[in-house]
Amino acid sequence: MATDVSQDRLSGTWNFNPVHSSASFAVKYLVASFRGEFDKVDATLADGQLSGEVEVASINVKDENLAAHLQAPDFFDAEKHPKISFRSTKLTLDGDKAELDGELTMKGVTKPIHATGTVSGPTEDFMGNTRLGFTFETTVNRTDFGVSWNADLPKGGKALSDEVTLTVELEFLKAA
Amino acid sequence: MRILAISGSLRRGSHNTALLRAAATLLPPGVELVIHDGLRDIPPYDDDVQAQGRPEPVQRLWDEVAEADAILIATPEYNHSIPGQLKNALDWLSRPLAESVLRNKPAAVIGASAGMFGAVWAQAEVRKVLGAIGARVLDEELPVPTAHERLEDGRLTDAEIERRLAGLLGRLVDAVRERDEERAAA
Repeated sequence: MATDVSQDRLSGTWNFNPVHSSASFAVKYLVASFRGEFDKVDATLADGQLSGEVEVASINVKDENLAAHLQAPDFFDAEKHPKISFRSTKLTLDGDKAELDGELTMKGVTKPIHATGTVSGPTEDFMGNTRLGFTFETTVNRTDFGVSWNADLPKGGKALSDEVTLTVELEFLKAA
Repeated sequence: MRILAISGSLRRGSHNTALLRAAATLLPPGVELVIHDGLRDIPPYDDDVQAQGRPEPVQRLWDEVAEADAILIATPEYNHSIPGQLKNALDWLSRPLAESVLRNKPAAVIGASAGMFGAVWAQAEVRKVLGAIGARVLDEELPVPTAHERLEDGRLTDAEIERRLAGLLGRLVDAVRERDEERAAA
């Protein structure tokens, strides 16, 4: 079905499969890229509109003290803003390429974003389910959303980049 | 509503403790300010000791912070930074970080010095430390320079600084009320 370039692939209602999905971020810290992800991800896909959210409290990084700091007012402020959410305004497929426009809401600030990625399927699995998969990636400036913590380095410059790469992998199963 | 105030200076005639006493006279109605008096008794932070349970003076401060709606810290500046005893107390209050009693606690920092700058660098560093611990820190400072000329018998003699301090206290109280409203709505 690789030649199918129509939007029909998206039609109908799809159930989200959190087991085969993830939402992660990467940001440059000093010289290396720092990565983390949110364990609790939810999404919906209905008639071509994609929405999703993650629970800030489910943030997963390698250092538990950092996880606590990331939930604090310095960063995501999980107490006041427990979720980060997204709602698409346009989802376009072209072969195995996907383009996504929509609004990202983080720390109470909503901004338009554009993401590019891939689409796989729909494919029928061995259980007779129809599966559809996406990957999307975009870069946002975290300070646009008020996630502005930084630290001066002793010899000049800042410790943490403003640019953050967001990556999601989403799997849906066609609703019966 | 109760604000717990902590002075970073231990000395009897401390300008910062005097500044907190002055703050106690500038509160909005229905708000009380209690000054913690046990900073001197807090032992040096030690992970091994922490693992055994908080020493009594630490637990007392911890409980006072837990019972308070907001924190007000007045810091002097030692060698352009936070006095050791104050930083040590904050380190105790920060562990374990995910359970810190300062987490999401509205907090404000003020400071007095005998010099020209009113402990601005120490205030910035206390805000940084409180932020790292997860407190809801007011992003403003209140430097009181040449404090010996502006504080007398626990009162501010500088009307401008008094006005600014009252404003800061009002915003700290607003932060508590805003948070309480959000919690009630949630």
